[in-house]
Order: sequence, then structure tokens, then C-alpha cells
Amino acid sequence: MAGGDELKLLGFWGSPFVLRARLALSFKGLSYEYVEEDLKNKSELLLQSNPVHKKVPVLIHNGKPVCETQVIVQYLDEVYGANGRPSLLPVDPYDRAMARFWAAYIDDKLLSSLMMMSMGKTEEEKAEGRKQSSGAVETLEGALKECSKGKPFFGGDSVGYVDVVLGGFVAWVRIIDRMTGLKIFDSSKTPILAAWLERFGSLDAAKAVMPDVQRLVELSKMRQV
Amino acid sequence: MNMTTAEPVKLIGAFGSPFVHRAEVALRLKGVPYELILEDMSSKSDLLLANNPVHKKVPVLLHGDRAVCESLVIVEYIDEAFDGPPLLPVDPYDRAMARFWAHFIENKFFQPFWLAYWSEGEAQKAVVKETKENLALLEAQLNGKKFFGGDTPGYLDIAACVLGPWIGVLEEVTGVTLVNGNEFPALCQWAKEYSSSEALEPCHPDRDRLVAYFTENKEKYKMMAKTMLQQ
Repeated sequence: MAGGDELKLLGFWGSPFVLRARLALSFKGLSYEYVEEDLKNKSELLLQSNPVHKKVPVLIHNGKPVCETQVIVQYLDEVYGANGRPSLLPVDPYDRAMARFWAAYIDDKLLSSLMMMSMGKTEEEKAEGRKQSSGAVETLEGALKECSKGKPFFGGDSVGYVDVVLGGFVAWVRIIDRMTGLKIFDSSKTPILAAWLERFGSLDAAKAVMPDVQRLVELSKMRQV
Repeated sequence: MNMTTAEPVKLIGAFGSPFVHRAEVALRLKGVPYELILEDMSSKSDLLLANNPVHKKVPVLLHGDRAVCESLVIVEYIDEAFDGPPLLPVDPYDRAMARFWAHFIENKFFQPFWLAYWSEGEAQKAVVKETKENLALLEAQLNGKKFFGGDTPGYLDIAACVLGPWIGVLEEVTGVTLVNGNEFPALCQWAKEYSSSEALEPCHPDRDRLVAYFTENKEKYKMMAKTMLQQ
């Protein structure tokens, strides 16, 4: 089914959610047209393709839009699951349930606490965010140990669904480190995650789509003004 | 044939929870026998705490020695681990749509919907408006079908279950009507079909008991709503 299969991704270079979608596309070796959105002046295509949330990323496959990052990643995995393309979700139903559980946890607990930490309106809120993110990261350290079973990734020998979901935050974790000196994945507290961060970030498929950290720092500073 | 299907299935749940209900409906639609273990959430059992140490919540599905948590994760697990009619659509795009709307219900719809019943004054007006906008989007998704899944209930119907047996009870206890027949005729019809489905009947909470449960907790929910809206 070669001819006429068109993939387009509407995104914003600084979004960790868009990064997740790009990581999935990259690790699955898929070609696509990337469209950079100006979030202050959203395109007609974006507004029509995601009328409910009006957010990026949006995947458009042969003209049909798919929205919500985790839905996009699962869709790509299901459509492009054959012909030697790497699968992100495992085969066994229980392993799949574990992957979905931890992906949900990352968005539910880690994301909210990182946001509270970075963008809290008061010092108390930011401190609460630091405390919560510290707890979430510790839990994820245990999750990585359990899921990887001694192998390099949540997905085992190769990058899997949870690696891609957490991978969206790699750039953000690095800028928090650069801007505040705070190591979210501290090698003394969460050694397995710290090693995962280095390992994941050094993969060619990840480097190909990772946004420039310095540029993200500038963006972050602008938003805080 | 799936090797694991012979192992016993237990579901740790609590009365009145639409999240537990989701797991029960999935098991029933799939034809999987199970034992329901009801928790007293004010005094959680060791079984629950050991099997859901991360969230300490229900439902928790126990399949042999495997524990699966988070209601929608459980529903997909049931769909994949057991033989029986599929809960999610077959086509990947339709699956993506079902997951998108389930995600919408979970992350955008639920909180304002809940707050709309228990809040008051100006704050209530805002969440009622938001909820009606969200209900209109769900109404449009039914698009002439009996269920979100088509002729029979599927994944998205399961995700939307709170719009079934709970609506009438919430209206009665709070006096707030959101899903009215004028604005949302398709959703009202869906609620009738869903609530009267013979296949799902054993999963539906006893109405009188649910009314008593919400009445008993009314002041607590109102306090919680007030706190949440003040943030």
C-alpha cells in the first residue's frame, strides 16, 4: 500500500506533546509532512481538524484528523504495525495494560506536578509542585525497573510506548535542569531513570526530532515575563 | 485459545462507582465470569492496597496473579485478553475516534459535569454552561445511532456510562437537570437504551440505594465542589 498514503503532523516546536508524536513517527521510521503552527494565530486547518480542543499535535492521515497525543501514538502503532516496522506497544495484553497504565500516570501525575513546579503562581505552589514531581519520579523509577526487567527501556530491548510518552518530556526536563539546576531525574535518587534519560536522548531517532534546549530556555523565559 | 482465560477473574469495586461499573460492563459484554469484591472505601482492604499501591482506588481487575488498574485500561485489557465480541471497533480510525471521545469524557467532561450538580450560584452557572457545550458534542457523536458503538454498546458507551443510570439519580438528589430531552434528545434516548439493556442490567446500581448514597453524601460533595471551584 505504497502510493497515496499521506501523513501530516500539525505541531509547535516547543510542545512536549508534539514531541511525543514526532518521536513515535521517528521510531517507527515514518515519513510525514510537518506543519509548524503559530499558536497565537492558529491555521484554519488546525481549527477544522481539532475543533474540540484546537490544540496540537494533530495527525492528518489521508485527510482524516486524529487528535490527542496518546490516541495518535496508538493509531500509528495500529496502522503501521506490520512489514517490519517497530511496534511501540507490546504484544501481550497484560504488558499492554501496564504500558497504558504508566502512560496515563505520566500525564496524570508527572505532567501536572511539573507544570505546577514550573508555572505555579506562588512560591508555595512551586514548592508543592517540586514535592509532587519528586514523588512521581520516584514512582516512575520503580515502574521502569518493573517494565524493563533490567533492559534499557520501558519497552525492553527497544523503545516502546511508555518511552515515547515520557520521551516527550526529555527536552523539558533538560531545560528545568539548565534554568534551575534542579535535576528531575537525579542519578543519586533515581539512577535508572537518569540513565534512561541519557540513553534515550542519545538515540538517533530521538535526536532527529528533539528541540534545541537553548531555544526552549529562551521560550520558557519569554513565557514567564 | 488464550492460555490465561482459564484463570479466575475478580473485580475489586465499590457500590455506586461508574468507574467500577465500566469494568463490570466490559466483563459482561465479553462473557467473562467474575467475582465482585466490594470495598468499604473509608477502610480500604489490604487486597486493594497491595494491588493498587499507586492510586489506592477502585476498580482493580485481578486476573490470576495479574492486577490491572484504571477503568479504561481495564476495559481495553478485557477486550484484548479474552475472546468474545470486540468492545473497540475493528477499524484503526474508528478505534482512534472511540479513544478520543473516551479521553474527552475522562479529561474534559467529567469534572465540570460533576461540579454542575453540586455547586451553587455564579460558579454553578459557569460549569453548567461548559457541561452543556460538552453534552452537545457527545450528542452529535451519537448521530442517529442507538449506541456510540452502533447497534450494540461498545467501548465509548462504557466510557460514557455515567450518562446512563446516574443521571436520573443525580437529578433527583440535587434538583439540577442537565440532560434534558429538548436539548439532548439523542443522549436521553441513549440513556433509556443503556439503562434498560437486559445484558447490562446486573451491573446497574440499585436505584433506591444510589439515591440514598448520594443523599447521604450530599453535603460532603457540595463542600468538595465549593473548594474545587475556589481554586
